[in-house]
Order: sequence, then structure tokens, then C-alpha cells
Amino acid sequence: MFLYVLKRILYSVPIILGVSILTFALVFMAPGDPISAIAPADAPEEVVQALKISYGLDRPVPVQYLLWLKKAVTGDLGVSIASGRPVLGEILTAFSHTLSIALIASFLGVGLGFFLGGVAGFYQNSWLDRIATFLSLIGISVPHYWLGLVLTIVFSVWLGWLPSMGAGPDSGAFYWDFEHIKFMLLPAITMAVIPTGIITRSVKSIVAEILAREFLVSLRARGLTDMTVLKHVIRNALPMVLAVVGLQIGYLMGGSILIETVFSWPGTGFLLNIAIFQRDFPLLQGIVLILCMFFVILNLVIDILQSILDPRIMRS
Amino acid sequence: MNLMSKKSLILKLVMVGLCGLLVSQQSSAETVVRYGISMADIPLTSGQPNEGAGGYQFTGHTIYDPLIAWEANISNRPGKLIKGLATDWKVDDKDKKVWHFTLRKGVKFHDGSSFDAEAVFWNLEKVLNDKSEQYDAKQAAQVKPRIPSIASYKKVDDSHIDIVTKVEDALFPYQLPWFLISSPTQWSKTKDWNKFSYEPSGTGPFKLDKLVPRERAELVKFNDYWDKTRLAQTDRVILMTIPDALTRVNALMNGQVDMIESPPPDSVEKLKSSGFKLVQNVTPHVWPYHFSTQLGSPWLDIRVRKAANLAIDRNAVVALMNGLAQPAFGQVDKTNPWFGKPNFEIKYDLAAAKALMKQAGYSKDRPVKAKVIIAKGGTGQMLSLPMNEFMQQSLAEIGINIEFEVVELENLYLHWRKGSADPLNAGKGITAINLGYVTADPFYALVRFMDSKYIAPNGVNWGGYANPIIDDLIMQIRSTYDTKKQDGYLAKVHEAMVNDALMVWVVHDTNPHMLSPKVKNYTQAQHWFQDLTTIKM
Repeated sequence: MFLYVLKRILYSVPIILGVSILTFALVFMAPGDPISAIAPADAPEEVVQALKISYGLDRPVPVQYLLWLKKAVTGDLGVSIASGRPVLGEILTAFSHTLSIALIASFLGVGLGFFLGGVAGFYQNSWLDRIATFLSLIGISVPHYWLGLVLTIVFSVWLGWLPSMGAGPDSGAFYWDFEHIKFMLLPAITMAVIPTGIITRSVKSIVAEILAREFLVSLRARGLTDMTVLKHVIRNALPMVLAVVGLQIGYLMGGSILIETVFSWPGTGFLLNIAIFQRDFPLLQGIVLILCMFFVILNLVIDILQSILDPRIMRS
Repeated sequence: MNLMSKKSLILKLVMVGLCGLLVSQQSSAETVVRYGISMADIPLTSGQPNEGAGGYQFTGHTIYDPLIAWEANISNRPGKLIKGLATDWKVDDKDKKVWHFTLRKGVKFHDGSSFDAEAVFWNLEKVLNDKSEQYDAKQAAQVKPRIPSIASYKKVDDSHIDIVTKVEDALFPYQLPWFLISSPTQWSKTKDWNKFSYEPSGTGPFKLDKLVPRERAELVKFNDYWDKTRLAQTDRVILMTIPDALTRVNALMNGQVDMIESPPPDSVEKLKSSGFKLVQNVTPHVWPYHFSTQLGSPWLDIRVRKAANLAIDRNAVVALMNGLAQPAFGQVDKTNPWFGKPNFEIKYDLAAAKALMKQAGYSKDRPVKAKVIIAKGGTGQMLSLPMNEFMQQSLAEIGINIEFEVVELENLYLHWRKGSADPLNAGKGITAINLGYVTADPFYALVRFMDSKYIAPNGVNWGGYANPIIDDLIMQIRSTYDTKKQDGYLAKVHEAMVNDALMVWVVHDTNPHMLSPKVKNYTQAQHWFQDLTTIKM
């Protein structure tokens, strides 16, 4: 197991390097420069050039990348060009905000997805199957932005039950009482919709496929109850479902720009959006690096869990 | 008096006392206004805000003061330069490049230290001397382009400072509302501008109580503010960043905020019918097409430029914006003292436009083809895409076929700085640019577009306009210290600008705000600088 984990960690290094190079290159290829974020639009050319020199932006792109990398490997992700605040601090704060709603969204998405998918797979072609499939279709088809606004109009504006935006007055720390959780509910529910749909469909097809296997037929022939058969189905389905769940959680952490904008939720998506528009290279690189590392670690954890659940994976 | 009546009297006295206590507790409760702003982050709080002119109203003129201020607490006329931390300023009789400033006495920073000439000198070093310990590149980047005239400065004594300009420039005082004074004492506690930004100290009517980046800034009233006529009328102003327009509307409707800026036009009627109040005012901002007058440009013919101006139904654009705009008849509003009396009247006259095009040899069958670079959206661009589509359709009616190059706003600024002759624009056939212009002072409104010395890369005279008569007039303005005479000359510059139809002027922004009924007062100035001390709950 240790060697397996070590090998996976070593494999991740070139992946992370490759992603950081690609991101750096793409941002430089896009028109515009970060000086626009710190100087007025009509700043004269000599002011712009002086700023570029002071921020090291006059150096060749590969040199800028290597200088950034040299600091990044020591944990120093530099400072944001636009705000002047340390990048690592900015990202960790944003990351914690996204994590809080992603946790709730994961809980909802995975829980509902398992339930609906399991029901649909177990009771194939029944009315339960049709309802679950219909709900999953809605989940993957409805646009996030629109859904977020509709939920806000209904639950915040009309009913006044929940706040419409923001992370609350004490957003700097985690509080798990309702006064703070209520700010997370609408963004988390909105976020959970797509993963629910995808996990439902995945679980349904996996469960249906397992139910058709011969060993399941033999279990039923031996007179085992539905509940016992279900346990065997879950045991066999879990490794495959975990892979889907891992992808969805990764998506929740990184793919939340629209939701965080609609709800003014100060998470990584929101920060990434700002960094892209401001061409804030240190901030952008830092966010991509952290998200990439998170994704790699998450996949590693999922792989380990899969190996534990199904030892055949490790042997192969 | 018997026992019963004594007891009754005591009881009554106790009741009265309790009521008094309750009233006094209620009246001492803090008044709070929550203001939803359209920015994605709180503007910098270290002294010189970013996010353009709009940033100054939030974390500039709230926490800090300039030497010369702008009168931002009136709404029924354009403001003017007024005394700030300087009580007097005048140019030297012998050397017109030297300005003498007399500083206000008895002013304290929020941290209790005294404001004096040393503090002014220190702040000038902060943004102009990159060798100084307190130099901050970010603040310098924001304000240096706005105080381009300063060559040097020296402290005379505790209450006087001299600033020397590069050339004689009577317009120099207009630059100083942008330059704000932060506390050297407070900075010296940490010598770190990042830490300072969380506990800043200025002389302004508000202190920063709490800063949560990208979420909120809480400003509290500074009771010892030196200008007793501008003490904040609300104890606490909470600025909340809500960049999405619909989210701002929802936050207002569900009571999470008490006022918002920039509501989307199609939400205004619904908000008004729900009891919210719309406040807007003429604002020094114009939405134009700025033409290239370089050789080869289709806009070189003045008849074509004038025809383009006559082809636009500005009232229809205002209707498209649901009333959140005002028709533009020039670079500045007609009520502005610099408007003057141009010979060319900007109005909607399709027949006259077609006639001019015919004279120039064009028509719908033989159209002018031009490419205009526009932004998808962004600050100052109003409803960029629908408005530009309207322009395209309107100009097509008179035989001007417009093709758009649509870019992000940050990219548009790059094209703007490069000028129309640069290959970045000329190489792509771009002959006009659509960018909202701030027109708050003579330089921003007129000089930077009309003076040939500001042709790119030296400035933003994007079209390459060069008129020696106007250049001389601007030189004359720079040596005219009488404000009324100055206004007269500026009016002449504006008249030339309109008569030459340098741009198609479409509308002025009105900087709309929606207020909840709980907000009793908000005075909106005819400027991007707003005075948040006027907000009353």
C-alpha cells in the first residue's frame, strides 16, 4: 500500500507541473495584462512600463514562470498583483468557503444520488425508476445560474426564509449553527443539483448491471432476502460509484464560478473569476496549483478507498 | 398625603424613569446602513483606492481627506473645488510653477497623531519617490497618473508646503482631490501597507472598523472629524460587495441591504412599485464612439462624423435603459459651465443625417464601412451590447455599416492606450472605440482628448486629433488662474470638440441607486465622488 501511494504521489508531480505551465501559457497568450488591475486605464506608457519592471513582468515569460516555480516549491505563492495580499492566504480563505458549501452539496448530492440511483436500479422500469430518472435529467439539464436565481427569488425574496447572498457577518470562521448555515443552504443546494443527477444515473446503471450478474441470481436462488442482496449489490457497486463521486466532489470545488457569483459567495470560483479578469498571474497560478493538488489528493484518496473495498484493484 | 397616594406617586415616578431609560437606550442604538456595491472586492483601504473614480467614494474620501476636496454633498448643481486639508493655495507671483499651500491646523488622524506639513511630504514621497521607505507601488500606480504635473515638493514649516509643477499649470488644483493623506504614525507601527490596510488611519469622516476582503468593509463615524458640517449622519456604513446586478436586487428586496448602486434597468419599475426609491443624477460620464481622424479613416470626413451624431435617437437609448441615462449633447452636460455654445447642434435628425451623407458621397447603397472596438460589458460601459446593436442599426439607416470587434474591458483599455494609429488598432481596421469616459474635471473631460501632446503613447487622445489653435488655447487655460475665465476658455475647447464632431456622443450615465424606505436621505452629487456622510437612516 505504501509503495502504491508513493508511486501515485510521484505520478502527480508531472501532472501538476504540466497544469501550471499550461495555465501560465494560456494567461499570457490571452490579450490584456495585469497592469490594468493596478493602474488607471489611462495611465501613460512610462508609468505602465515602470510598473511592469517593478512587478517583474518585463522579463521573458519562461523566466517569470521559473521564478514563480522556485518560490512555489517552498510554499511561497507570492502576492496578488491587484490586492497586494499574500496569495496563499487569499486562496486558503476562499478554499475554506468553497469547502463549506461543497461539503453540504456533496452530502446532498451523494446521499440523494445514491438513494435515487439505487431505487431506480433496483426497481428498473417501474414508476420509481421513471421518477428517479426524470429527476436526474432535470438535475443535469437545468442551468446553475438560473436555478440559483429562482431559488433566491422563492426562498429569499418571496418567503424571506433564507438570505440571498453573502457568507454571513462572521464568515472568517466556521460556525455550524443555523444562523451561519442558513447562508450556505441556497448555494449548496444549487451546487448539489448537477452531481445529484450524474450520481443518480451512474448508480442506476451500475446497480442494474450488478443485478444482472450471475452471482446475484445465485444469491436469490439461495433464498436471501432483498436487504441481504442489497448489501452485496452495494459492496460491489461502491468502488465504481466512488470514482464518480470523487470526480463530482472535485468539480464542486473547482467549478463553482457561476454559483459563487450569483450568491456573492467568497469562494475559489469567485476568486478565480477575479484573477482571470485581472490577469493576476500569481493569484491565478496559485489557485490552479492548489485546486490541482486537491484534485490529485482527492483522486488518490478515492483510489485508496477503492483498493480497500476491492483488493483486486491493488493486485492488478 | 396618605399612604396610598404616596405609593401611587412612587409607582408613577418609577414608570416615568423606566420609560426615560428605554427611550435613551433606543436613541443611543447604533444606526447602520448596509450598502450593496457593484465591485468584486473592497477598493484598497491603504490610502489610494483602486477601482477607478468609483472606488474613492467607498474607501477614499470616507477614511481620508485630500488637500483640495471636491464639493460632493450637493446635488442640484455641479460641485467645485473646496478647501480640504489645505485652507489656502496660490501660485507664486514670480514663478508660476510653484504652488504654496497653507494647511489646516488642529486636524488629527484617527490614531490621534497630528496632521501637518511633514505628513503631506511623507505622503508625496509614498507615491512619488520609489526610494522612500514608505513607497507603495500599488498606491503610486493609482495616483501618479492622476497627479502628472508634480515635479517636486518641499516642506516650508509645519503648516506650509510648496509643490512645484513641471510646467505652469493653472489646472493643477483639479488633480489634488485624487491625492489622499494617510497617517505616517500609523504606518510606522508596522511599516507594512498590507497590515495598514486592515487598520488604516486618515483624517476622514469615517474610520475603518472591519475589513473582510471580497466581502465587506465596515466604516464607523469618526466623531472628532474636523469638518463639523460633514459629520456622518449614520453611525456605521457596511459596504458589501455584490458584483452581480440581479443578486444586488434580490439582496435589497429581501432586506439584506438598505441601498444598492447600479440596479439593472429592467428591475427599476418593480423595485419602485415595491416601495424602493430611485436616486440618480447627471454624472460626469459620457458614452461615445471616439473616432480616429488618422489618414485612411472613414471618419476623416466631418460630414460623416456629423451625420453619425444626427442619426442617433438618444431618447430611444434612454428608454432602452429604462430612464437610467440622460441624452448627451456633447462631451459634458448642457448644465456644465464648460458646455459653451457649439454651432453644431447634436440632436436626432435622420433627414439631415442622410443629406450630409449624400453630400459626402455615401448612402445605404454606397455605405461607409467602419470597425468599432467595444467591450462586452464592465464598469462604465452601461448596457454595452444592446446599446451598440442599437447604434449599429441606427447608423445603417444612413449608410454607415458598423462591424464590431468585441473584447473584454481590460483588453479594450490596452487598445485605448495604444491609440488609433498603433498596429493593434490600425492593423485590424479599427477606426473607432466605444469606451465610457469620466468627464469630472477639465483634464479628464477635454484636455486629454483635445491636446495634441496627449496623442498615444503620451496619453489618450485616441483619435490623433491635432489642432494648433486648440493646443494654444489649452496653453492659455494652463496660465489662467481666474476660474470664470478658465471656464470660458474651456467652453471654447468644448465648442471646438462638438463643432468638429470628434465623437458620437450618445448618453451620460446617471449613476442610479435604489434605496430602501429606511434610508431617509442620500445626497447624490453630480460626480463619481459621492459623500457617504449624507446617508441618513
